[in-house]
Amino acid sequence: MDLSGFADEVGASGEVTITGAATRGGPVAGVRVVRPPTGIDWLRGDEMTVCCGAGTLVADLDEALAAVGQCVAIPPSGTVGGALAVGRSGLRRLGYGPIRDILLQARYVSAAGEVVKAGGPTVKNVSGFDLCRLLVGSYGTLGFLGEVILRTRPRARFEQWFVTTADPIETFRRLYRPTSVLWDGTTTWVLLEGHPDDVASSAAACALGEADGPPDLPTGGRWSISPSDVPAMRGTFVAEVGVGVVHHADPQPAVEASAAVVELNRRIKHNFDPTGRLNPGVDVLARP
Amino acid sequence: MTATATVVEELRTALGAARVRDAGAELSLYRRDAGHMAGVAAVVCFPVTTAEVAACVRITASAGLPFVARGSGTGLAGGAVPPDGAVVISLTKMNRIRSVDPTARRAWVEPGVLNLDLSRAVAVHDLHFAPDPSSQQTCTIGGNVANNSGGPHCLAEGVTASHIVALEVVLPDGAVTVLGGEDPEPAGYDLRGAFVGSEGMCGIATAICVRLTQNPPVVRTMLLDFDDVESGASTVSDIIAAGIVPAAMEMMDRLCLQAVEAYIHAGLPVDAATALLIEVVGLRAAVDGATEAIVAIAERRGVGGVRIAADEAERALLWKGRKSAFGAIARIKPNYYLHDTVVPRRELPGVLAQVYDIAARFELEVLNVFHAGDGNLHPLLLFDEREPGVMERVLAAGDAIVSASVAAGGVLSGEHGIGLEKRDLMPLMFSAVDLDAQSALRRAFDPDERANPGKVLPSPARCADVQSIPAGAWV
Repeated sequence: MDLSGFADEVGASGEVTITGAATRGGPVAGVRVVRPPTGIDWLRGDEMTVCCGAGTLVADLDEALAAVGQCVAIPPSGTVGGALAVGRSGLRRLGYGPIRDILLQARYVSAAGEVVKAGGPTVKNVSGFDLCRLLVGSYGTLGFLGEVILRTRPRARFEQWFVTTADPIETFRRLYRPTSVLWDGTTTWVLLEGHPDDVASSAAACALGEADGPPDLPTGGRWSISPSDVPAMRGTFVAEVGVGVVHHADPQPAVEASAAVVELNRRIKHNFDPTGRLNPGVDVLARP
Repeated sequence: MTATATVVEELRTALGAARVRDAGAELSLYRRDAGHMAGVAAVVCFPVTTAEVAACVRITASAGLPFVARGSGTGLAGGAVPPDGAVVISLTKMNRIRSVDPTARRAWVEPGVLNLDLSRAVAVHDLHFAPDPSSQQTCTIGGNVANNSGGPHCLAEGVTASHIVALEVVLPDGAVTVLGGEDPEPAGYDLRGAFVGSEGMCGIATAICVRLTQNPPVVRTMLLDFDDVESGASTVSDIIAAGIVPAAMEMMDRLCLQAVEAYIHAGLPVDAATALLIEVVGLRAAVDGATEAIVAIAERRGVGGVRIAADEAERALLWKGRKSAFGAIARIKPNYYLHDTVVPRRELPGVLAQVYDIAARFELEVLNVFHAGDGNLHPLLLFDEREPGVMERVLAAGDAIVSASVAAGGVLSGEHGIGLEKRDLMPLMFSAVDLDAQSALRRAFDPDERANPGKVLPSPARCADVQSIPAGAWV
């Protein structure tokens, strides 16, 4: 994918912000806006990799992958680049792993307006520093994603949501690799995927009843806590058991980062964007 | 007093004389890792606490000396080779498992804990640590973090980076902090992700929070043999294309099968051109279905023998065959040079053919035993170092293999890292601009570039003194 036009748009000076579908907050207000390229460049089912523009809609990518029996661990809605830049995983993180593990290669436009490649196209690669993981969750403050190569996964042949009032931790402990376990303080929802016979026998062993889907999620705050602390959770919430993401009615109390971590964040931003021109004002430590 | 002598004295004050060694014979043990390059350590110290590591780092900082952290020294890319005059900080005495939380499936371990010891310790909870390098009996978790190590079972589970939740680190200025966190979405940049695989150039991990993985209820291990390498390699691609991701999918070629069979007598198919060792894990119906599908795919590719391990003993024997490869090679030639590149799976047949051609062109024997499932090649060039001129041929053949892999859309390293070995090959994959970005990350952690300097990034991307590759070293 030719990124030279996108790089020209970003340019080398002046404040600039990026937007995709604006489902995760949108661009910085009052700043010149650019949009990343869209479209799937290639999809290699036998490699389980896909290359697309960062502006590609998650829904479009999902549809193309479904045609080859695959999917990607990106939460629905918005664009691929937006999901990566925000770095929040979906409800299936327990089974699929976090979104930060799917970015194999990124070509992004730097603060200097140059196209930079991070990572590599293969499913396994330890050549050099892991800039891909640094970019995921960086809110476009280090560079603007242009083209990404992602790791895909097989789409499960069967999936079913279940519900139980049994202890969530005990249910989680007894199941082999559930895709999602949610708990609201009273009820536990479980998503199982795989061979229908395995799903049925796992559900029977834990006395799970079938459900239509996951519960509605409170949207007041997205808490990030140790999974060990989930059982002590109180209030109006739906917690991801085994993960520690809690969808809560209230915002999470502020957690202060250590001085060393604050300084590392500052230096990384400075080294990648010395004049602070990319998404100006966005503070990644403030969980924007 | 020289800067080094001052540092030795200060280290002795901090750690006690017994854990600071600078006698020539002892230093010589720390000149190299398991690869083929060597440097010169000024002093080796053995801290046992995070505070002691921080003290060691602060002492080197005030003297302006470079330092290199070290585990068991099983790395193959020269990552633990001391830059000349460096302080070696050995973490092998920090080998406690600090805590295990079987419910959250987490453990905090010190960097000197051996990989297999961790899995053994948590087996009682029906858990294991997924990355399983071939050196897992001797390599440390700290080393796994530094190199972002892989292993056969990383096909389905991912390499070390996917299994590290948080790191307590001593930064190059001596500050102690935690990167990442036990919570899933710590605020700020993914410092944990940036640190894993940074080859000791961002600081020293003094405690590591690992994610533990459930042991599968059903494990099926099978050996499929083929009359030609291409059919075996194509079977690998077909299996992935069918939406099956086995837990492991390893390939051994004829020379490997013969060497291993002579060594362990496992009844391996020594007349086959190649064999695939495939393991499928999970719940019963899924494992049965995947096994059936894999055998059907292999049959379409003209598989010869299909051997499915009947019990745990037979499974262990088949894996012993895979994991004994490096020991068995000594029966063929006294020395080997192990390479590590990755290619897209669909390119395996073509690149393997090139590997054999390259070996023939340089009049070397080559043995292939590798992680076929993720396209991670491990050609072993066999030789006798006493043969005049052989090293030049080994070196040139290695470069040709790396170049062929990158040209096929692959990468320089799948799990061994860059270290010194492939530092100067980085431009095959990355432009100067790409390398500057990596350097920018490194300098955020280590502005003075004293943590394991001279590794990974070729000289134009570095500002500090250029570490020359030691004379006689092979890259």
